[in-house]
Amino acid sequence: MNTLPQQLANGLLLGSMYGLIAIGYTMVYGIVQLINFAHGEIFMTGAFGAFTVYFYLLPDGTSMALAVPLMLIGGGIVAILIAVGAERFAYRPLRGAPRLAPLITAIGLSLALQEVVRNFYPRADRAVAFPGLDGTHDIGSVTIKDADIFLVVAAIVCMSALAFFVRKSRTGRAMQATAQDPDTAQLMGIDTNRIIVIAFAIGGFFAAVAAVAYGLKYGSIDYRMGFLMGLKAFTAAVLGGIGNIYGAMLGGLVLGVAETLASAYIDDIPGMHLFGGGSWKDVWAFCLLIIVLLVRPQGLLGERVADRA
Amino acid sequence: MTALLEVEDLRVSYGKIEAVKGISFSVEAGQVVTLIGTNGAGKTTTLRTLSGLLKPTAGKILFDGKPLSGIPAHKIVSFGLAHSPEGRHIFPRLTIFENLQLGAFLRKDKEGIEKDVQRTYELFPILGERRNQAAGTLSGGEQQMLAMGRALMSQPKLLMLDEPSMGLSPIMMQKIMSTIVELKSQGTTILLVEQNAQAALSLADQGHVMEVGNIVLSGTGQDLLHDESVRKAYLGED
Repeated sequence: MNTLPQQLANGLLLGSMYGLIAIGYTMVYGIVQLINFAHGEIFMTGAFGAFTVYFYLLPDGTSMALAVPLMLIGGGIVAILIAVGAERFAYRPLRGAPRLAPLITAIGLSLALQEVVRNFYPRADRAVAFPGLDGTHDIGSVTIKDADIFLVVAAIVCMSALAFFVRKSRTGRAMQATAQDPDTAQLMGIDTNRIIVIAFAIGGFFAAVAAVAYGLKYGSIDYRMGFLMGLKAFTAAVLGGIGNIYGAMLGGLVLGVAETLASAYIDDIPGMHLFGGGSWKDVWAFCLLIIVLLVRPQGLLGERVADRA
Repeated sequence: MTALLEVEDLRVSYGKIEAVKGISFSVEAGQVVTLIGTNGAGKTTTLRTLSGLLKPTAGKILFDGKPLSGIPAHKIVSFGLAHSPEGRHIFPRLTIFENLQLGAFLRKDKEGIEKDVQRTYELFPILGERRNQAAGTLSGGEQQMLAMGRALMSQPKLLMLDEPSMGLSPIMMQKIMSTIVELKSQGTTILLVEQNAQAALSLADQGHVMEVGNIVLSGTGQDLLHDESVRKAYLGED
């Protein structure tokens, strides 16, 4: 089972999930230069939104082919509402304030969301069982689950749609303009507040898609799931070059593959036998981030910040 | 006839510092009006307030008979007020064509937009040649042309140009100034802010000299060009 192709596949799958979440960090940062540290919790609430649809709204025995799209919608609505609400009521009043203020707000919001779910969602003080998609397929020496197929398809569809939207649509172009020069974008007639809301909404929806994939793949969700996933996705966004949507996806994939391969193979290296296995994978992920930032501070696809004339 | 733009006792502050201290002037349709003065006189602040990027603390702005105070910047364009900002501020990672299209962001008439893009390429052939190139790769003068072309894409009733000659070579500056003359002859109304007083006054119908937030002298372009105090202070003569 632990062949190299299998490990690569595992890494790419994990990386797709990081990439989907990383989009939320990178789009918001690209437009308002804010690191939304509550984004991991938006991912978590997306998972609980999807779970609510499955457990409380759908009749027992609903087929997963019907349930999954409805869970995506439910999780998406919850995540979008929380992301947009955070922008409107927590971040917008602080626009123009020193950078530290929204950053601290984001950390506070992140803790608040965790505690609200833990205290008020029924039985959420421990892990909650999520319906799995556990059917397996063998492709050569690689085994993947139905949940993995969902994840790959969802990631490809979301990323292609986003790339098309940003490059080709009128709103997408307005988004690029706002990211490059917000004041001048207003002079063109672009309502930059609306663009910022759209960026938060897209980030929230993508996080919800990742959250549904997470639940289907691992079969359980909990109120703390957003912390490490959020941190890793943020790492992926920085690794790929924060502000760049392709960078977020690439950074996610690189990070997913690197940490999977490191935890599988690093203990084969003489003298490193103590550092292999899953318990070290986070260490290797952050080591990779440090190395990349030392060599390429702007990230893999980031542009060097040029002075504005 | 009422003026296209009427500014009355306009005051603008940054925190406790008042940058514009109660200025009044007007722009008639078809005129070129210039605000000249040194750095920090409040010229750019005035333009940024007119286009809604800054909020006035007091005073009235009437454009085409409608008050502009309290209207957000992104809506003011649709009144027919276009602003080519100081420092050009083109969108560097978008192409020239995309920059021009953003200038027409609020317009819905696809054919008219296409026609105006072509007209911009005729006015500035270099932009046409490089239409699919990222705007950040253009020279300073070419970026200035793009900024002007982009502002014109909204079909403004009033074009506000902030320091179009800043940082340009003499040849490029000549080109920009002759473009302004050409736009004027086509009937475009222009509010021009310049540090190059000689160039600005020689093509303006009306001029206003600003000093530390006040208009200290007004007159026709020719009057100011020959005014002794203006010659001493701004045209480098003793």
